[in-house]
Amino acid sequence: MDPVNVANLALAGVLTGLVYGLMALGLSVIFGVVRVVNFAHGEMMTIAMYAAVVLFTTLGLDPFLAILPVALAFFVLGYAMQAGLINPFITRPEHSQFMLLVAVAIIMVNALLVIFGPGARSVQLDYLLESIELGPLLLDRGKFYAALVACAASAALFAFFRYTPTGRAIRACADNWLGAKVVGLNVKHYYAFTFGLGSACVAIAGCMMVLLVDVTPPLGPYYTLLAFVIVIVGGLGSMAGALLGGVLIGVSEALAGLFITPSAKSMFSFGLLILVLLLRPQGLLGRRP
Amino acid sequence: MLSIRDLDLYYGDAQALAQVSLEVPQGAIVAIIGANGAGKSSLIRTIAGIEKPRSGRISFKNLRIEGKESHQICNLGIGQVAEGRQVFPTLSVEENLEMGAMLPRARTGTKQKMQEVYAMFPILAERRAQAAGTLSGGEQQMLAIGRCLMGNPELIMFDEPSLGLAPLIVQEVLHTIRALNAKGLTVLLVEQNVAVSLKISNHAYVLENGSIVMSGSGKDLLHDDRVRQAYLGL
Repeated sequence: MDPVNVANLALAGVLTGLVYGLMALGLSVIFGVVRVVNFAHGEMMTIAMYAAVVLFTTLGLDPFLAILPVALAFFVLGYAMQAGLINPFITRPEHSQFMLLVAVAIIMVNALLVIFGPGARSVQLDYLLESIELGPLLLDRGKFYAALVACAASAALFAFFRYTPTGRAIRACADNWLGAKVVGLNVKHYYAFTFGLGSACVAIAGCMMVLLVDVTPPLGPYYTLLAFVIVIVGGLGSMAGALLGGVLIGVSEALAGLFITPSAKSMFSFGLLILVLLLRPQGLLGRRP
Repeated sequence: MLSIRDLDLYYGDAQALAQVSLEVPQGAIVAIIGANGAGKSSLIRTIAGIEKPRSGRISFKNLRIEGKESHQICNLGIGQVAEGRQVFPTLSVEENLEMGAMLPRARTGTKQKMQEVYAMFPILAERRAQAAGTLSGGEQQMLAIGRCLMGNPELIMFDEPSLGLAPLIVQEVLHTIRALNAKGLTVLLVEQNVAVSLKISNHAYVLENGSIVMSGSGKDLLHDDRVRQAYLGL
């Protein structure tokens, strides 16, 4: 087996994994602050992918430029979803939150099927076929830029939580819900803001993902599951963990395809999940409860 | 300044407060004493808008506030130093103080207020970059008081400020409460340490099983036989 080939595939896995990581980061941030598990996460990712495809086919908008409008729209959508739909469920038992978000997820997939049908859609751009040479290694140009965007978006989110008053207030709400109420933080507003941020992460990841794969409605539930595997491997609620988990899953998928067969890629990621659950239940970078 | 009439609070079917009425005049220190589970914290949390009463009226500066959200009530000038201090453990001391000043009423002059808090509690200035969760209980209590002051309150509700603190620190906290009152802040104090709270208050209410059973000046209650027997063990 050619080591250069293995390295190329592993590198491609890292790049894809960073986009996965950004998607999972959204899930992790929402859970870490609002303590609600977004079971519609992958479905939202799929909607963002369709949005990027539609913007490309109708307006000729490059997915890199589609990031801004799609992320903005998703921030507003996420804010409204939390403020209008999920906030009333915050104090209800977890199974009713679960049912609510599963229902939202199914409606989303169904709507996509109705509007776009079951066929695959994609974005055709010439530069997606080009490669960047890095010594003996070959980098897929589209993947490389997509991974750069994912890194930039994650860094921006880290900076937001660290350096802005709103970011710090969101961390305060996550830290101590009662304390936040006591000092007069509008907790519901910050919860909605957080859901908006998580949705914007998914939107950016979705715009990037159309550069890597064709989109079909059933990708939604698949990505939801994938996002779960990633945050559990990385550590639920840990932002760095989501990125690390994304990269690990990306690499394991790529190498499984090489060493066994492409259809074994899920087997590998879920095997990794079981290993982590057995040996380090809080996830690789998660804090012990 | 704060006036409560016939307040009823339920947790499910269990009644936590029954027909509670009380007055907190401007500039006063009013104490609420009572055993564990008498409803003292429930009362504070209801005034703060964290619990919603079933019936009754709460008015602050002649404005009805029952049913308002907690952040709206804080923004009217009712601050709270909560039971268990409720600091943000992973945020730094300075970030904790900043969170107290997120209210619209407190957005201006944040830097200056922070300097005042640091002058009042120099230990907080020393530890400004440290995570609040690593502070001692007494330091966290000072942080909780400082954070509350950042919101520029007119009335401060203290919920068990001496709980779990060493006697020397308790003295310091009580001294702080008196000093804040002397500066013009109105104080509503809930304490299990009955002797101390009666000594520093102008007026006190005794809460039993969710109802006010007695009230009077701090001095009168301190010499009342029933209070001495039930709460002071004399």
